[in-house]
Amino acid sequence: MLQQLFSFKGGVKPQTRKAPSVQSPIGQAPMPVRLYVPLHQSLGGAPNPLVQAGEQVLKGQVIGAADGWMSAAVHAPTSGTVLAVEQHVAAHPSGLPTLSVVIKPDGREQWIARTPLDHRSLAPERVRELLRDAGVVGLGGAVFPSHAKLTAARTVPVEHLVINGAECEPFMTCDDLLMRERAEEIVRGTAIFRDLLAARRVLIGIEDNKPEAVAAMRLAVRRLGEDHEVVAVPTRYPAGGAKQLIRVLTGKEVPASKRSTELGVQCFNVATAYTAYRALAHGEPVISRIVTLTGNVEQPRNWEVLLGTPMREVVALGKPKADTSRYLMGGPMMGFEIGDLAAPVVKATNCIIAGSPTLFPPNPPEMPCIRCGACADVCPHELQPFELYWFARARNFGKTQEYHIFDCIECGCCSYVCPSHIPLVQYFRFAKSEIWSREKEKQAADAAKARFELRNARAEREQAEKAERLAKAAAARTSEKKVAPANTETTTSAVLPAAEALPVTDAEAVRKAKIAAAMERARAQRAAVLPRNTEQLTVEQKQEIAAIEARRLALLTSAAPLVGSPPETLTRPEHPTE
Amino acid sequence: MITTLAIMALGAVVLGAALGYASIRFKVEGDPLVEKIEAILPQTQCGQCGYPGCKPYAAAISAGEVEINLCPPGGIDGVRKLADLLGREVKPLEAEEKPKQVAFIDEQTCIGCTLCIQACPVDAIVGAAKQMHTIVEPLCTGCELCIKPCPVECIIMQPIAENIDNWKWKYPVIEIKRAA
Repeated sequence: MLQQLFSFKGGVKPQTRKAPSVQSPIGQAPMPVRLYVPLHQSLGGAPNPLVQAGEQVLKGQVIGAADGWMSAAVHAPTSGTVLAVEQHVAAHPSGLPTLSVVIKPDGREQWIARTPLDHRSLAPERVRELLRDAGVVGLGGAVFPSHAKLTAARTVPVEHLVINGAECEPFMTCDDLLMRERAEEIVRGTAIFRDLLAARRVLIGIEDNKPEAVAAMRLAVRRLGEDHEVVAVPTRYPAGGAKQLIRVLTGKEVPASKRSTELGVQCFNVATAYTAYRALAHGEPVISRIVTLTGNVEQPRNWEVLLGTPMREVVALGKPKADTSRYLMGGPMMGFEIGDLAAPVVKATNCIIAGSPTLFPPNPPEMPCIRCGACADVCPHELQPFELYWFARARNFGKTQEYHIFDCIECGCCSYVCPSHIPLVQYFRFAKSEIWSREKEKQAADAAKARFELRNARAEREQAEKAERLAKAAAARTSEKKVAPANTETTTSAVLPAAEALPVTDAEAVRKAKIAAAMERARAQRAAVLPRNTEQLTVEQKQEIAAIEARRLALLTSAAPLVGSPPETLTRPEHPTE
Repeated sequence: MITTLAIMALGAVVLGAALGYASIRFKVEGDPLVEKIEAILPQTQCGQCGYPGCKPYAAAISAGEVEINLCPPGGIDGVRKLADLLGREVKPLEAEEKPKQVAFIDEQTCIGCTLCIQACPVDAIVGAAKQMHTIVEPLCTGCELCIKPCPVECIIMQPIAENIDNWKWKYPVIEIKRAA
């Protein structure tokens, strides 16, 4: 059956430059000296560390437990010793550190107990839990926890399951090679997703510049007797965007306010399907991923790299050329520059590109916007980047939201075509993060206000209660006084006259006596306990102390009339020299 | 003549009754302007404006008693928003603007006197008498009200460092290079 294809608006056709890195098969990257596994590798909650420095871990052992439903676990990529749980530079545009587990591999590659499971014999809820605890997240780059996407909407059955093998970013070939070499596992993983979502049709979309991958996937589908459809889609950036691929394959346009499941569609990356299959059928959690190493290197190639491997060691595998000046993580359109190559490979690291001034010439200076509208023509989300640009530039964030800045997927098409070389996406990222931070501040302010009001209410209540108590006590005292004269004559002849006449002074005297007794006790205690650190002193030290004590005593005796304390407590040094 | 008067009187009674009913039925609780102003203020409850909290300051602004530039935690951005809302002029802040801070208790020095707990307007300090106290960092608004009451000066203000969670993309800046 011939699949009818649709088209999405906009998009660009940059040079793909994929050929160099598909020449050799996926290589197994050597074991690094140290692994730095960041605990927060997915969207959602940051996992809590489960290991401590000095502990032995096995390959695949959970080192960070998922924090709540919207989170995914993190595992030890190999067996070895945990050296530390500390802050280490992250694979993040900021280059700031994040909490990471440092592991020294022991080279034995000793696995945890792996139990192969058949997802069909398990409850769907249990499968989702297993996927979360195996750390399965979207490996296309967004690292969204996959189990959270595997629930169909209550009212709409899932019509289409879209498997994303488009890989539209230039340079990147990790999904291409994975489909060529491990197609069967991808197809089996796809079946897991299909069963969980009860999807009627499965569409695997692959850009038509990857005929080998299309052929390999078709062969695997046929061999496994599945009815998935492998569809070659036209090569146009960003065809690999989830919403774009859904549009191309199904004709459905997912509105900004809705999730794709509400339209009966769900989308996963091919590598995600692969890891889901490995996690269930082999009991292997996500501990490595395929990384494309390309650009200005002698040997561009795809490597299977353990998560936590410092990028420096990965880059060295490709032998970067002498004029390499910088490195990008992700593609040239959406990626970011890595400041420090000590940053580790994480689940989001699909590609590392070595850049040189000739490969990526520096951006020409930004010129004024001429309102040509080229950016609006190429925007796949039908936004108006030139309008957004004015408002973001003027920090008018309310207006940017009116122009739907949060629909922007930061694909970079607008910056790519801008004749004035305006870094439009940078402006949009700036505006987005500014809006998020203001939102957070607003929430914090509201919470502070609520606590302030609660505290005031509490203070008022306490005051009212105290007043009530005092009033009650006063009332009780007056009634007691009325009764008291009758009693004193008959029973209290033995009581001291002072106490009888003034009960208040009596209470005060008792309290004073108690305080005096407590002070006496404390003094006795102090006298009984000898300071421990004076026992093992050298002779010189003892002499020194004695000299100091003598001086102190002389001072005190001269001031003795002023200080009323007994001298024996003063001979004991308060802070003996150590 | 009498009929005319009667008609007018009747009209007055009916309209008066309608207005009276409406004033009860559609009564607005509180002052909506005060609420709008309060939503802009940062809710640190620090009292640096001279009022015992953000709400009293909002009420004073609404009554036109004070300037809008007395809130240092709100910063110049806050002044700008207030000016927009109230149609007043933007004035520079009275005090200098500080980076966001949180209080920190040196637990070695703390004697457990509870004075700071009583001073904290947002219940962000936990501890008990003769037990060491500590600041619940995410709840601290950085109002500095706990610093003065501390008898042993064990509370210091620490600026909030940039980390991965609060990091923001920077405003794009174009590097200017000297022409050769």
